[in-house]
Amino acid sequence: MNPVLQVIDLQVSYYTDTGRAIALNGVTLALSAGEKLGLVGESGSGKSTMALAMMRMIKPPGRIEGGQVIVGDTDLTKLSNDDMLKARLSKIAYIPQGAMNSLNPVMRIGDQMADAIRAHDPKADKFAVEDRCVGALESVDLKPSVYKMYAHELSGGMKQRVCIAIGILLKPQVIIADEPTSALDVVTQRQVMETIDRVQKQIGAAVILIGHDMGLMAQFVDKVAVMYAGRLAEMSTVRQMFTTPAHPYAQALISSLPSLDNKGVFQGIPGLAPSLLRLPSGCAFHPRCPHAMDVCTTKRPELETLDDGRRVACHLYPEKA
Amino acid sequence: MSARRIIQRLLFLVLVVWAASTITFFIPRLSPKNPIRERFAQLARTGGFSPGDLEKIIASMNTKFGLDKPLLQQYTEYIGSIARFDLGVSLNQFPKTVWDLIAESLPWTITLLLVTTVLSFVLGNLLGAVAAWPRAPSWLRAIATPFVLLQGVPPVLLALFLLFFIAFRLKLLPLGSAYSTGRIPDWSFSFILDVARHQILPALSLIFGTVGGWVLSMRGMGVTIQGEDYVNFAEHKGLSGYTIFRNYYLRNALLPQVTGLALALGNVVVSGIVVEQFFGLPGLGQVLFAAIQSNDFLVIYGIVLFITIAVASLMVLVELLYPLLDPRIREA
Repeated sequence: MNPVLQVIDLQVSYYTDTGRAIALNGVTLALSAGEKLGLVGESGSGKSTMALAMMRMIKPPGRIEGGQVIVGDTDLTKLSNDDMLKARLSKIAYIPQGAMNSLNPVMRIGDQMADAIRAHDPKADKFAVEDRCVGALESVDLKPSVYKMYAHELSGGMKQRVCIAIGILLKPQVIIADEPTSALDVVTQRQVMETIDRVQKQIGAAVILIGHDMGLMAQFVDKVAVMYAGRLAEMSTVRQMFTTPAHPYAQALISSLPSLDNKGVFQGIPGLAPSLLRLPSGCAFHPRCPHAMDVCTTKRPELETLDDGRRVACHLYPEKA
Repeated sequence: MSARRIIQRLLFLVLVVWAASTITFFIPRLSPKNPIRERFAQLARTGGFSPGDLEKIIASMNTKFGLDKPLLQQYTEYIGSIARFDLGVSLNQFPKTVWDLIAESLPWTITLLLVTTVLSFVLGNLLGAVAAWPRAPSWLRAIATPFVLLQGVPPVLLALFLLFFIAFRLKLLPLGSAYSTGRIPDWSFSFILDVARHQILPALSLIFGTVGGWVLSMRGMGVTIQGEDYVNFAEHKGLSGYTIFRNYYLRNALLPQVTGLALALGNVVVSGIVVEQFFGLPGLGQVLFAAIQSNDFLVIYGIVLFITIAVASLMVLVELLYPLLDPRIREA
C-alpha cells in the first residue's frame, strides 16, 4: 500500500547558549492510511520535537535542518508559510497534550471550531460550517449543545474530545496525538482512545500516538517505534515489540514494565539518557547497553530491516548483504 | 450575570457612598475650627466688620447651615440631603449650589479624562501586546520602550516640560486656559477647534504619563498568555497570525487589564485634577483649588464626595461589564 505519510531523514536542532542540541537525528519512517503508530521513548528522546517538526511548528532557537515530511504527495517542508498554514489541520492535524488548557476560555467551543474551518475556507456558508462542527462533535460522542458552551463548562474528557473533534474537522490524512490522555483518569483515557480509534477509522487517517503509557499503546496501536536520543531505535509491530523486542534499549524498556506474571523488583535501565548537546560517539545507547561491542563506540548503527519485517538500528543484527 | 449579583453590586455601591459621605462629614468636624468663623475671620482681617456684628453674622450663618444643631441631627440631615442629591451651597459664590459649580466644570473634566484614559488604555495595551508578541516586526515592538521610560515621570512634570518647549519656546500650541481669550463659547466648528488646540497639551501630558504603565503590565501578561496551550493549539489549527493575536492572545491578556483600569480610575482623577489646574482649565480641579484657597468648605466636601461616588460607580460599572468579557465570571 502506498504510504500516506513519509518522514525522510528528518533533522532538528536547538541552538542553545551551551551549544547545538541535536533533537532529531535522521528519523525516517512511513505510515499507510489507517495505520496507527505508537511513538515511545523517555523524556527528551525527541517524540514531541518529532510532532512539532511534522507540523512545521519548531520555534527558534530550534530549526528543521534537513529531511522531508511528505503527506499524500505534498512535501510539507517545501511549502511556503501561507501554504503550510492551510496544510495544518487539512492535511496533518495535531491533537494536543494537556487538553485541559488547549481551548480558549473566552470563546465558545463552536467559534473555536468554526474559525478553524474558516481559516481554510473563508467563503464557507455559516450554516454549513455549523453543521460540520456539530457533526464533528457528534462523531466524538458530544452533544450538539457543546457547540454553544465554553471550555470551563466541560469536563477534562469532554475537552479532550473537543480537541479530537477539531483535529478531524477537515478530515486530515495524518493525525498526530501528543499524549492525548495525560491528566485524564483511566476510564476517561480508554473512552478517549476509543474515540480516536473510531474517528480514525471513519476518515481513514494514519495516526501517530505519542506517549509514555505502554499499556495504552499495547491496546491501541499497530506498530510501535522506540526513540532514543533523537533517533529511532526500533520500529516493529505491537506483538513483536512486547514479546521479542530486538533493540537492547527496547528490551530494557519492555522488561521494565510491570506485568501480572512477573512479580518482584522492577528492573530499571541503568544510567541516564545522554545529553543532546554531547551525544556519545557511535550508537548513543552504548554507554548503557549490556551488549555493547567495540564497533558500537565508533560506528553509528543505521536502521535496518530484519527478516521478520521489523526495523532495528543495532550492530547486534548484522546488515543484510 | 444574575440579577442577584447586580443588586448585590448596587447595594455595595450604596454602602460605599454612605461610608464616603460619613467620612466627609466627620473629618472636618473633628477639627476645632468652625468653617464659617474661619471664613468671616478672614474677611474681618480685611476690615469693615465690628466684632459684635461678626458674632451675630456667624451665629445666623451657623443657624442657616444648621451648624448649631446637635452633631447627630446634623449628621442625619446631611445624609438625608445626600440621599436627595443635595450637596449644599457655596459659601463663596452664594447662592450658587455645589451642584451648579460641578455642573459648570464637569464637562471639561469628563472630556479630558475620558479621552485621555481611553486613548492611554488602548494605546498602552496594544503596544504592550505587540511588544510581547514574538512574530511582530521588531520596529513595532520597539515603539513601546520610550513610553515605558516616560512612565517614571509624573504627569505634572511632563506638563511643565511640554508647556515650556512646545507652548513657550516653539509657540506651537497655546500656553493654557480652555479657549483663546476674547472668544465667546458657542458650538461653532472654529470654536471647537480652538478648544481642541488648548486640550492637546494637557491630554498629551496625561497620556504620556500613564501609557507606560499599561505597556508594562500588558507586556508581562502577554508573555504569560502566549505560552498558553490554547494559543499553541490555535497555531496547530492553521489560523492566521492576526486571528490568533486578536481572539486567542489579546482577548485573554486584556482581562486583568480591565480590572487594572477599574483600579486606576482613582489615580486618573487625581492626576487629571492636578494637570487641569496646571493648564488653567475650568474643570473640577480648578473649582476645587479655588474652594480650598477660599475655605469654601461645602464645595470642597461636595466635590470630594462627588469624585468618590463617581469613581466607585465607574468601578461597579466595570465590574458589571466584566462578565461580558470573561464567560467564566458569569455564573460565579
